Amino acid sequence: MHNSAIALIELGAIFFGLGVLGRMAWKIGISPIPFYLLGGLAFGSGGILPLEGIEGFASLASEIGVILLLLLLGLEYSAAELVTGLRRSWLAGLLDLVLNAAPGAIVALMLGWGVIGALAMAGVTYISSSGIVAKVLSDLGQLGNRETPVILSILVFEDLAMAVYLPILTGVLAGATLLGGLTTIGISLAVVTLVLVLALRFGRYVSAIVDSKSPEVFLLRVLGAALLVAGVAQQLQVSAAVGAFLLGIAISGSTAENATRMLEPLRDLFAAIFFVVFGLNTNPAEIPPVLGVALLLALVTTVTKLITGWWAAKWQGIGRMGRARTGAALVARGEFSIVIAGLAVSANVVDAQLAALAAAYVLIMAVFGPLAARGAEPVMRLAATRFRRTATA
Amino acid sequence: MVNVEVTPLPGIGTRQDFVLRTGRRIGVITYRDGRSELIVSKRDDPDTCTASIPLSPDEAAALAGLLGAPQLVAELSKEHDGLSGVNTKQLPLVPGSPYDGRTLGDTQLRSRTAVSVVAVVRAGTVHPSPRPDFVMGGGDLLVTIGTSEGLAKAADVLDRG
Repeated sequence: MHNSAIALIELGAIFFGLGVLGRMAWKIGISPIPFYLLGGLAFGSGGILPLEGIEGFASLASEIGVILLLLLLGLEYSAAELVTGLRRSWLAGLLDLVLNAAPGAIVALMLGWGVIGALAMAGVTYISSSGIVAKVLSDLGQLGNRETPVILSILVFEDLAMAVYLPILTGVLAGATLLGGLTTIGISLAVVTLVLVLALRFGRYVSAIVDSKSPEVFLLRVLGAALLVAGVAQQLQVSAAVGAFLLGIAISGSTAENATRMLEPLRDLFAAIFFVVFGLNTNPAEIPPVLGVALLLALVTTVTKLITGWWAAKWQGIGRMGRARTGAALVARGEFSIVIAGLAVSANVVDAQLAALAAAYVLIMAVFGPLAARGAEPVMRLAATRFRRTATA
Repeated sequence: MVNVEVTPLPGIGTRQDFVLRTGRRIGVITYRDGRSELIVSKRDDPDTCTASIPLSPDEAAALAGLLGAPQLVAELSKEHDGLSGVNTKQLPLVPGSPYDGRTLGDTQLRSRTAVSVVAVVRAGTVHPSPRPDFVMGGGDLLVTIGTSEGLAKAADVLDRG
């Protein structure tokens, strides 16, 4: 058979297979991300059926997947929402950051992965999956709940934290020293502030550059701008993902909404490839040794997110049931944990086991997160009746 | 007098709700893309919703009509009935619009589209004859008068800047 014919058949089989898996996942109420990862693990190095001939396409496509994931994360909130979110939720956001980054960092240090590994794992366990959380909230009809703004404002804070964290991680991975790291932090803070100010004051000009009435022209311009900015950022050692993310923040108003609507299917496609490629590059044989650690980490970071949510909701005067729902909604980790692990692994300076641990951790959390959100109310109700019974007895 | 609470939902839209005399919470979620959802809280847990009913713009308008909210517009339309070519329209200022958080004067609506803003409806309260320094917020409804051409242009200005 002709080479391109084999490549097409392989790609077609992958997409079709992912489609079947994705449908199954949403049917049983969990995110398809773990299935994509498993698909990648099954076909990758050391898996049951290694794929050949499409590596070049797959690796470029997975990079585009990361860029689109971050671009749409930036598009999700307007600059004004980010600023008010920061003002309203910085305390809960800080608690979230400390409680959830610490377990990852501590585990990485205990495994001897050094400061860089600790920084990467801190990001992996810190950031909730805004994609899974938003989907679960709307699936469960919880958008009208009083605690929902609390959940969303924590996600907004995490979003901003990513804008600062990613450049630092990239800088450190590229081999920056402590002084260099501090400079990177300074520069990234300055750039993020500058982009926020630009977006607040001149967002419509940025939007005007990409905006067009024709959907076709619009799609090409937005995608083109994203890849250009990402490429230039990469060249400047800032990480392509961060460039795309900041562009997303700068685009605002109705342009942002249209861009989101138009790019969502593309993001889903390329992000799926990204998850598969991450799975492909992770050796399944490395997962069993870290499975115990992943389970422990999952348990601890479930509890820390529950505590974060409970306190954040309590500060806003939400009742016990709502506090439990807030915590449970935040449990899910997903796409961004994998993005962070992917950045770390591709730089070749951290232990290769990090990929396996991150994959196992996200496999657990992406499945368990939505289940926790669903289970929060029944569990609380059960606990309440138990408590009442013991109290009367 | 009901006290409507306006809560931004980052990434989603705005929630506007109030507590009924009976203690339950009722309100509307307005999504960024214009869809809306009617929400009614549970009796035993006011934090959560017993129903969230998605409404298309047409359905929402029909429900609002049934409940008699747009009385203001009805009255205005009646006044302008005799004048041909003059229309009254409620234009929403969606959260995230370039003018979300800016003043009415910033829009320069009058000079750009020849449309007048006669009132701003915010959270169920009517602010009549807003001055140019009136600060608008996402979720506001602008009651406007102008030619149908001007009104279409004004809607565009409010959306895109």
